[in-house]
Amino acid sequence: MRVKIQTEDFDLSREIATLRQGHPEVGAIVSFVGVVRDFNDGDHVNQLCLEHYPGMTEKSIESIMTSAHERWQLVDCLVIHRVGLLMPLDQIVLVVVMSAHRGDAFAGCEFIMDYLKTQAPFWKKEKTPQGAHWVEAKQSDDEAAQRWSQSVPRL
Amino acid sequence: MITIIYFARLKEALGLTSEQLLLPDGVTTVEGLRTLLMQRGGVWEKELGPLRSFRAAVNQCLAQGHTGVKAGDEVAFFPPVTGG
Repeated sequence: MRVKIQTEDFDLSREIATLRQGHPEVGAIVSFVGVVRDFNDGDHVNQLCLEHYPGMTEKSIESIMTSAHERWQLVDCLVIHRVGLLMPLDQIVLVVVMSAHRGDAFAGCEFIMDYLKTQAPFWKKEKTPQGAHWVEAKQSDDEAAQRWSQSVPRL
Repeated sequence: MITIIYFARLKEALGLTSEQLLLPDGVTTVEGLRTLLMQRGGVWEKELGPLRSFRAAVNQCLAQGHTGVKAGDEVAFFPPVTGG
């Protein structure tokens, strides 16, 4: 399990190659890449600034990954989340999950991403032609995370 | 003493990144601390009041109103998270 919070961009292929090293038992790798859109809630977005809580952010993501390992048969997983100033088209977040079979990797990846959206302390500030504002949390993200809560201990 | 850290919208609205505070007798929970901070009035009352939505953490773990707070703790107040 690895968590990296960084300002630099990441390379999907390189990250997967590193994670796979020494794991011939892996038969499935699922990755999710979140990128900056140029619109949100009807506003054009020129720029995004991401703030986090150093220490707690890493701990919170590690705890989400531990829950995923308890629930599915995962070999290893990785989360990279960028912070600081980002522009449309930039990559923000990477989740990679490896398992022997695809079902575990698909489910584990979606679970980690759903919980990351609602539990990990990151905040987005958007710069639009109308000015800068903090992005409000979405009810739909809470609902996405709650789908998993029936048999998963609360994080 | 406790350390209080503010993030994102709260940090900007309150004009404060962090502060050290001597916990008065009787303040033992996150809810107690919130009430104490709201007594500063103005923007404090508004941002930490019932009309604004925010979360709290104690020693970097998400906390509830009844979560205990004691000397040496790091308490954080922040808006609902919006990463990913």
